[in-house]
Amino acid sequence: MPTALNEQALARYRNDFLREVEERVDEGGWVKMCMQCGVCAGSCPFGPHWEHSPQKIFMMIRAGKREEVLASDSMWMCTSCYNCVVRCPRKLPITTIMHGLATYAHRLGLAPKRQPTRDFSVIFWENFTRNGRANEIRLMLRLWFRDGFGAGIRKALAMKEVGLGMLRAKRMSPFEIFGGHGVKDVKGFQAMIRKAQEIEDRKRGFSK
Amino acid sequence: MANKDYAFYPGCTSHYRGSASNYLVSVESMCRTLDVKLTQIPDWNCCGASVSYAGSGELARHVINARNFALAEQHLPGRDVVATCAACWLNARESKEQLDASAGLLADTNEALKEAGLRYQGIASVRHMVEVLIEDLGYEELGRHVVKPLEGVKFAGYVGCQTNRPFGIAGESFENPVYLDKLVETVGGQAVADYDQKVTCCGGALAVSEPEKSQAQIKDIVESAYDHGADMIVTPCPLCQANVEIYQADVNQRYGTKFNMPVTYYSQLMTVAYGGSAEEAALDGQIIRATRLEEIAATPGKR
Ligand code: SF4
Ligand code: SF4
Ligand code: SF4
Ligand code: SF4
Repeated sequence: MPTALNEQALARYRNDFLREVEERVDEGGWVKMCMQCGVCAGSCPFGPHWEHSPQKIFMMIRAGKREEVLASDSMWMCTSCYNCVVRCPRKLPITTIMHGLATYAHRLGLAPKRQPTRDFSVIFWENFTRNGRANEIRLMLRLWFRDGFGAGIRKALAMKEVGLGMLRAKRMSPFEIFGGHGVKDVKGFQAMIRKAQEIEDRKRGFSK
Repeated sequence: MANKDYAFYPGCTSHYRGSASNYLVSVESMCRTLDVKLTQIPDWNCCGASVSYAGSGELARHVINARNFALAEQHLPGRDVVATCAACWLNARESKEQLDASAGLLADTNEALKEAGLRYQGIASVRHMVEVLIEDLGYEELGRHVVKPLEGVKFAGYVGCQTNRPFGIAGESFENPVYLDKLVETVGGQAVADYDQKVTCCGGALAVSEPEKSQAQIKDIVESAYDHGADMIVTPCPLCQANVEIYQADVNQRYGTKFNMPVTYYSQLMTVAYGGSAEEAALDGQIIRATRLEEIAATPGKR
């Protein structure tokens, strides 16, 4: 659902989506530097499955196609391969901008629903900020069971061979399900993240 | 006194019984031979990998990495931070570059770090284990310890993305890095010089959320290794290793292929070439057994 944050953003930026991106998206200030050469468009490993290449996304931002950009699934198809970044003649930090756009679309509640990488991303974030380190087993379990119990069991059975292989190879510990490893100073770790988000929200105008 | 001393950032897949625990074990064995001392950064935290951005935000991302730097500066002063995971290294280095370039960002970061009683001073530098091997020790030194050259074994060097782009290893090209091949030759193995999939992306974290698309990439990566007559793939990245190894059965099901290609770490090759046992090289950590390496590890050799 489009959120109050989205209403606030609409009121604040009117029709100036480029300015909105510049002020609110990680490395968004670079978008205007894109010269539409198209080199990045041919670089994405999942490119054939995307609706919009980075080149198109940047063009759409300048054309003010706000809804279309924020609802696009393209940013969520970025594998962080950095092919584009090393090839871009203008040296745009494309990967970071794509992730930043994804983050922003997610915050406003406009990102595509049930997008698997969006879900994975949220789950990963929650997983490792819980105690400071990623817990692989819980990560997988939450991901498999995101479509309900039945679907989770089916997925778990389908992945059984992989899991048993990892167990045999001592690369997985079932005990991680109960707690597992983490940092000692969980309190400080979480407080520092909260503080970082507070500062950023203030600077980006999310909070009053 | 050890030859070289580093503040070690193992990353969360490398811990005991994590998916890259075999990487950790073999790195420790390799470093023992090379007299390289790795001291874990006390209470290090996960870097957030490349896929946690939905919940994060720019500043939080940098703060998470800066916490590790601050801990290293405080507890292990004067030592470079060394990561074994390509993604950890990339994320940490990216943050470090941004923080060192912007006084404003650094001030915000330290304001947040204060909540954890820490401060980042901008001293510690961040490096990948491969950089330590090549730059601090050098191929000659690495070759000096070889007691069992990996003769007759053919390796497809799969560099992948994140140890290669956007930073890469100094002096190497993005499209055709050769350091991994050089490492293979240093320990007496044969490198597939024209392995055309060496820098192809395997899908990374999206192997989990977009399995079909990633497995199409993985298929190309493994197929080309077969086409070039490789006995196994070798890689410097734990996510590449896991993706390319554990999904081969799925790829076989999907495409009717018969892949069974071992995927190893450079550190496992080096451990075996340095006379280490299969256990020290953590070869029991392979899902697809690296039989040729096991055989060499089992032959008696001088130590
Ligand atoms: S490669 Fe760079 S300049 Fe060219 S279209 Fe992509 S972002 Fe724009
Ligand atoms: S990093 Fe993302 S945007 Fe860039 S080429 Fe790779 S998938 Fe495409
Ligand atoms: S890259 Fe992955 S393994 Fe490394 S610290 Fe980050 S989340 Fe953990
Ligand atoms: S090849 Fe795959 S796992 Fe390796 S760095 Fe690239 S995306 Fe990551």
